[in-house]
Amino acid sequence: MNEPLLSVRDFSVRYETAAPVDAVRDVSLTVHRGEVLGLAGESGCGKTTLAYGVQRLLKPPAVIPGGSVTWHDADGTDVDLLALSADALRAFRWDKISMVFQGAMSALNPVATVGAQLADVFEVHRPGMSRAERTAAVVELLEIVKVGAARIKSYPHELSGGMRQRIMIAMALALRPQLVVMDEPTTALDVLVQREILREITGLREAFGFSVVFITHDLPLLLEISDRIAIMRAGRIVEIDTAPNIWFRPQHEYTRTLLSSFPRLTAERQVTR
Amino acid sequence: MTSIDVQGVSKTYRVRGAGAINALEDVSFTLSSGQTIGMVGQSGSGKSTVAKILTQMERPTSGQVLLDGRPVPTRGAALRAYRQRLRMVFQDPFSSLNPYHSIRHHIERPLVLSGVVPADEVDAEVHRLLDKVQLDAGAVVDRRPHELSGGQRQRVAIARALAPRPALLVADEPVSMLDVSLRMGVLSLLSDIQAQDGLGVLYITHDLATARYFSDEIIVLNQGRVVEHGSADDVILRPQHPYTRELREASPDPERFFVDSAGGAR
Repeated sequence: MNEPLLSVRDFSVRYETAAPVDAVRDVSLTVHRGEVLGLAGESGCGKTTLAYGVQRLLKPPAVIPGGSVTWHDADGTDVDLLALSADALRAFRWDKISMVFQGAMSALNPVATVGAQLADVFEVHRPGMSRAERTAAVVELLEIVKVGAARIKSYPHELSGGMRQRIMIAMALALRPQLVVMDEPTTALDVLVQREILREITGLREAFGFSVVFITHDLPLLLEISDRIAIMRAGRIVEIDTAPNIWFRPQHEYTRTLLSSFPRLTAERQVTR
Repeated sequence: MTSIDVQGVSKTYRVRGAGAINALEDVSFTLSSGQTIGMVGQSGSGKSTVAKILTQMERPTSGQVLLDGRPVPTRGAALRAYRQRLRMVFQDPFSSLNPYHSIRHHIERPLVLSGVVPADEVDAEVHRLLDKVQLDAGAVVDRRPHELSGGQRQRVAIARALAPRPALLVADEPVSMLDVSLRMGVLSLLSDIQAQDGLGVLYITHDLATARYFSDEIIVLNQGRVVEHGSADDVILRPQHPYTRELREASPDPERFFVDSAGGAR
């Protein structure tokens, strides 16, 4: 588990607006092969900007004033992500790193069937595939995420929130990436559906072995699913450690504040009623 | 002392193509001033239908709702007066406030309509209410909703709900749209006001942890039925019904998680 997959060094992102905003400041972290790295922090702390930034998914006025991002591929080659050409970057994204976006409700195209949207991935990234091969691959994906092939012609509005999120996960896994970035994938779901999706993700990781960067502000959830957790505040990572250490031995004052901002489900009450 | 009795309430919606949907079946409980009841259940369990029936936005198909022993009014001035005694705080502070109106307008309207203070004291009351929800009244009173953060907006929505001096408050997922770092602040504020004013609060949520933290009693709804109702600690710590246990198991709980994982492999 200590083999690095993605090394980020002194990475910064600045929004060059009238009053420039340093959204990410000198962040260094390593995502290891096969691990779940949790990224926690409140709204506006820069966690999504960091995740998008390392894949160069940000548009102007965002600029990357400094740092390096190195991808250590399974085939043994190292790739400098900040130096890739536009074409190379396009081929790299989704093939090596894919994403599950926040808000499954709005991330899918409402006027295309889920089958067509999944087939799109192969059309773009695997142009050599025949139509029949694409359909077979889409059917397989729908089965893998337990939506079932019968839904291939369904439109997003015909599916429940949990099913739509499964479609997003299927899309992210289509090309068997080595890293999946999940940005608040369960935030809009109720607790039972959330748990179901988390179990699904765990099972799929066991089957395919990809690493996950899981972004959320839900620290109790992150503590359960992550191997390590990075706590972000105002663009910086203030603490990064294993989940048990974050829980039992938080070092930074802010981590303690964040931990105390959640009521405990089963612990002794801090207030009496 | 005010109390509202929900007695054997059922609500059936007729949906074209799908027949009848029983949103609520034989739901009974009593909410009294001075008490907070948490109502939990997953999406579609009927929580919001309870809120709609309490506020008379929907009528029960069968059963009745009594305010201090008398059926709640269904129309006219009596209904409007009832809705000043039982107020609502909605989930989404981005859509529950009118973008065209100032914060002052939002608080003034219920004050003027309810007539709880004389016309020459309305302005002072607006400031008092904004102070009460811990907003800087001078700074926000002439602003519009879009100029405030989500947490500030939800405080405005609470001030608006409190304006006619209600006895009961229904808060339907009041913090689920807010950032976690703000949630506890808004819930603590609600809890303080509840205690100070002796309000009866129905706190509707799917978050078991905050339901336990802020409620005296918890009602668990599943598919429109009350499956469990008891003291907050009994329901969460010693759940009797399998559905309550299922909800509890599904809720993230680092305490239990790390205890379990200390005994076995992760």
